[in-house]
Amino acid sequence: MINRDGQLGRALSALRRDPLALTGSLVLVVLVVVGVGGAWLAPSGINEVDVDRMLQPPSWAHPFGTDELGRDVLSRVMVAARVSLQVGLVSVGIALTVGVTLGLFAGYYRGWLDNVVMRCMDVLFAFPVLLLAVAIVAVLGPGLLTAMVAIGVVYTPIFARVTRAGVLSVREQVFVRAAVSVGASDLRIMRRHVLPNIAAPLIVQTSLSLAFAILSEAALSFLGLGVQPPDPAWGRMLFDGRGFVTEAWWLGVFPGAAIFLTVLAFNLVGDALRDVLDPRQLTVNEARRSTS
Amino acid sequence: MARFVIRRLLQSAVVLLGVTLVVFLLLQLVPGDPVRVALGTRFDPQTYEALRARAGLDQPLVVQYFDYLRRALTGDLGVSFRSGRPVTAIVLERLPATLSLAVTAVLFAVVIAFPLGIVSAIRSGSLVDHAARVFSQFGVSVPDFWMGIMAILLFSGVLGWLPPSGYVALTEDPGRWASHVALPAATVGLVTASILTRFVRSSMLEVLSEDYVRTAEAKGLRTRVVVLRHVLRNALIPVVTVVAVQLASLLGGVIVIEVLFAWPGIGRLTYDAVAARDYPVLQGAVLLVAALFLLVNLVVDILYARLDPRITVK
Repeated sequence: MINRDGQLGRALSALRRDPLALTGSLVLVVLVVVGVGGAWLAPSGINEVDVDRMLQPPSWAHPFGTDELGRDVLSRVMVAARVSLQVGLVSVGIALTVGVTLGLFAGYYRGWLDNVVMRCMDVLFAFPVLLLAVAIVAVLGPGLLTAMVAIGVVYTPIFARVTRAGVLSVREQVFVRAAVSVGASDLRIMRRHVLPNIAAPLIVQTSLSLAFAILSEAALSFLGLGVQPPDPAWGRMLFDGRGFVTEAWWLGVFPGAAIFLTVLAFNLVGDALRDVLDPRQLTVNEARRSTS
Repeated sequence: MARFVIRRLLQSAVVLLGVTLVVFLLLQLVPGDPVRVALGTRFDPQTYEALRARAGLDQPLVVQYFDYLRRALTGDLGVSFRSGRPVTAIVLERLPATLSLAVTAVLFAVVIAFPLGIVSAIRSGSLVDHAARVFSQFGVSVPDFWMGIMAILLFSGVLGWLPPSGYVALTEDPGRWASHVALPAATVGLVTASILTRFVRSSMLEVLSEDYVRTAEAKGLRTRVVVLRHVLRNALIPVVTVVAVQLASLLGGVIVIEVLFAWPGIGRLTYDAVAARDYPVLQGAVLLVAALFLLVNLVVDILYARLDPRITVK
C-alpha cells in the first residue's frame, strides 16, 4: 500500500514551494474567514435599503459603492462568499460521495454492474454541464438546495470515471490479491487497500471541481436559478447590476472579481496538487470547463 | 477499423437511448402537474385537457416513454405549452444564431490558441511561454459572463465601438451581423482559446520529445522544417479533435452569453423555456443539444481513429 502520509506530505510541501499555489492557498484562507464571518465582518447590513444612496461610486464609506437600492456592495460581496463556498463544498461533496462509490463498485466488481453504472455515467456526460444543471433546477424549482443538487449531479460522472480508472489498475496489484487470498472481505479491501491508493487523483479532482462548481453556481445565480433575492450571491449581483453597468461600473466589477479570484485560487492549488500527485490527469476539467 | 466503428456506433446508440430517458424523466420530476404549472394564470380547462392529451400525460408512464421515443425518432418533439407550435420547428429556428456564434467563437479561439500554443511549446520557458500559461490560467478561471459584462462596459459603454447586445442574421446584413457577433464571440472565444492553448502546448511538447524529431534535427534539418513537417502534423491531430468537441459544446448553446447579449440561439431558448415553464421546449432543446454533442463526438472519434490507427488498437 502506498504511504498516505507521504502523499499528503508531498502535497503540502508542493503548495509551500510553489509561489502561485501558496498565493492561491492564502486567498482561500481569506475566503473561508470572510465566508464564515461575513455577516459579522461586513460593514453594513446586506439588505439595508437606502434610496438616498442609490448607485453611489466607491468611497470611504462604501469601498465597493452602492447598488440600485442603495445597499452596500462590499457587505453583499462578503456575505455572498459563504454561498459560493457552501455550494462548492456541498455539490462537490455530493459528486465525490456518489461518484466515488459508483466508480469503486463498478471498477472492483466489473461485469454487468460496471457496464450499467458506466453507461449511466456516459449518458450524464452527454449533456453540456450547465445545460443539464439548468434543466434539473428548472424542474425542481430554483433555489440554493436545488442548485447544489444539480451541480452535484452533473459533476458525479467525472468522479466515477476517475475512481473507476484508478480501481482498475489497483485491483490487479499484488497487495490486493494478497488481501483476497487471506480472506479479507470486498468492502474491507476497497476501504483499506483500494481507496487510499486512488486518493491522489481524487484529491486533485476535488480541488479542481470546487473551482468549476463555484463557476457553475455563479452561472446559475446569474440566470436567476440559484440563490433567490434578497439573499446575495455573486452571480445574482452581476445579473441584477447588468442593466446599470454602464453608469455604475462597480456593480459589474466587484462581484465578478470575487468569482474570478476564488476560482483562480482553487485552480492554482488544484494545478499544483496535480503536478505533484497526478501529473497525467491533464484534460478532463479543461474539456468540461468549456461547456458553459 | 470496421469493428471499432460498429462498437462506437452501438455505444452511442445506447447512450442516446439513455439521453432520451433522462430528458423524458425531466417532465416527470416537475412537482405537481406540469401542464397546470406551465399554464399558470392562463389556465382554462379546454387548453389544459388538449395539452395533456397532446403530451400523452394521461397514459401510463411506460407507454408515455415509448410514445415519446417513437415520436422523437420521427422528429416530433411535441408542442410548446405556451405557443402550441411544434417544438422541433422552434428549436431548429434558433440553430442558425447559435451556429454562427459558435463557429465565429471557435475561429477566434483557433486564431489565438494555435500560434500561442505552438510558440509557447517551441520556446518553452520563455517570456511567451509564461504569458501563454498566464493567459490560459486566466481563461479557465474567469466567468465568461463577467468577461462579457466587462466587454460591454469597455467597447459599448466607454468606447462606443460595438452594440451592447442584439442579433442580426448573417444572411440579412453581414456587416451588422459582424458588429453584433463580435463581443459575444470574443468573450466565448477567449475562454475557448485559453483551453485550446493548453492542449496545443502540451501536444506540441509531447511530439517535440519524440525520437523521430531528434532524428530529424540530427540529420541537420532546419528547425522550421522540423516543426512544420514533423511536429505540427502529428501534434495537431489530437488538437483538431479537441477543437471539434469545443465546437460541439458551443453548439449546445452558451446559455449565459446568449442571455447576456440577447442572442436568440438555443441557449436563450432554453432560458426562456425555463422562465416560461415551457417544459416540452426545454426537453426538445436539451435532447437536440445532447444528440448533437453525441454525434460530433462520434464523428470525431471515428475521424481520429482514421488519422491515428493506434486508437482502434487501444
